[in-house]
Amino acid sequence: MSIKRLSPEEALALNRFDVDDGNPHIIVDKAICAQCTARPCLYVCPARLYRLKDGQMTFEFAGCLECGTCRVTCTDGGVTSWNYPRASFGVTFRCS
Amino acid sequence: MVDDSFDAIVVGAGPAGCACAYTLAKEGKSVLLLERGNSAGAKNVSGGRLYTYALEMLEPGMYKRAPLQRKIVREQIMMLGEKSATTIDYCDFGLGEEVPQSYSVVRASLDEWFASECEAQGAMVATAQLVDDLVVEDGKIVGIKCGEDEMRANVVVAADGVNSLLGQKAGLFPDAKVKAVGVGVKETIELPDDVISQRFAVKEDEGTARVAIGCTEGISGGAFLYTNKGSISLGIVFNPEQAAKNGRHIQEIFQDFKTHPAILALIDGGTSVEFGGHLVPEMGYHGVPKKLYREGMLVVGDAAQFGINTGLIIRGMDLAIVSGLAAAKAILNAKTGAEVGPVYMQQLEQLGLLNNMKAYSEFHNIFEITRIFKEYPALANQMLHFMFTVDGKVPPPMLKEIIRIVRSNVTLGQMASDGWKAYRSI
Repeated sequence: MSIKRLSPEEALALNRFDVDDGNPHIIVDKAICAQCTARPCLYVCPARLYRLKDGQMTFEFAGCLECGTCRVTCTDGGVTSWNYPRASFGVTFRCS
Repeated sequence: MVDDSFDAIVVGAGPAGCACAYTLAKEGKSVLLLERGNSAGAKNVSGGRLYTYALEMLEPGMYKRAPLQRKIVREQIMMLGEKSATTIDYCDFGLGEEVPQSYSVVRASLDEWFASECEAQGAMVATAQLVDDLVVEDGKIVGIKCGEDEMRANVVVAADGVNSLLGQKAGLFPDAKVKAVGVGVKETIELPDDVISQRFAVKEDEGTARVAIGCTEGISGGAFLYTNKGSISLGIVFNPEQAAKNGRHIQEIFQDFKTHPAILALIDGGTSVEFGGHLVPEMGYHGVPKKLYREGMLVVGDAAQFGINTGLIIRGMDLAIVSGLAAAKAILNAKTGAEVGPVYMQQLEQLGLLNNMKAYSEFHNIFEITRIFKEYPALANQMLHFMFTVDGKVPPPMLKEIIRIVRSNVTLGQMASDGWKAYRSI
């Protein structure tokens, strides 16, 4: 294999994730996000888990790198709760 | 005192937590080191350089046992243009002599080793343990909660990283401000070790560290590259506030950088094996919370926002280790529980950590000069392009063309104000 541009999905596919199905560690209130105009999360979440679909904010916790950027940059309080995944879940870095 | 109580519970088995647990355990204290990852290092991402003096401070010669990658003897500064790049290459083989000044590191192996050293000294290390809350009695922190379990200690050391939810829960400081952090993205790229040595012109145990500007679309921030054994760590740290307004996703800007011809030449033929993201404390001394302790608790490492970034020197892990050592010394030396916090602050002074940070206290202001990230790198590259161009045409008068290139990027007024700001910052 050689070096090529990776889409966010391809980049995340390199990592190991143990997804805690049905237990999101980050809660996003989409009603607040609907009112937000700044939407920093769309550009700064390294995993690009915040996306607009038909004008609606969507968030997928499964590929979270647990960095905290969304919580820190959120301007309008749409990230209502931010925690680490339960023990033994989430990302595992093996060579970083 | 409950029988199953520890002298200290250290939350987080990164460099800060491990340095603290190691020192305490070595002195015979009962220590519980908790790590939320399935192994120490499993949740950690860092650029990848450790300044060796910190491990030496902990225990002379300890670094020889550590799974360090390559000793850094080449320091490079790169300014990227659209298709060009200007690189300053400083090689100093003295940096690699005796106790080498710094090493590239891979956290998955470094932290796992460090935690095993703690265990060997008698600390109890428990991985896959997420601390949910603190136990507070009579205004003192007396332990932690992990799910249903409650564990008690004379002191809880919060080494829980840049997000320090524990420090916030203890009421020591509010959540990090967006202006106080950088957001880093990083790919680890595997390449045969001999290829790395050849491309970076180093011997097999020597390595290169590179910082790069001009690759962030003008966003305050910069890239880093570290050569490891059999891999390269490549990433960019962005000012998140500016990145949010830029309109392109940071991962996309990173991919542009990764595939810039001057970078691709270094990593081509390699394999991307991991993608990480992490926050970095960016405010230096001014970013350190006023309160780093309360009775029964100390805050160390990234959790205390210890970091130094001069643009050329990026420090975090060394400060983490020194702060972990300071915390351990405080726990060992304080006569009463109430004294531990104040003694910790004294130790941070005595071990030079706070003065080190003070020495660079205004450096973060440099990064407000946004032209450093776009116009000046462009200027450097355009200037060299002009000087190296031979195309058979009659070149314009040199001085006139130089002035034209400068003016096409910055005004003299901007240069003067940027120079003044830089002068004031350092």
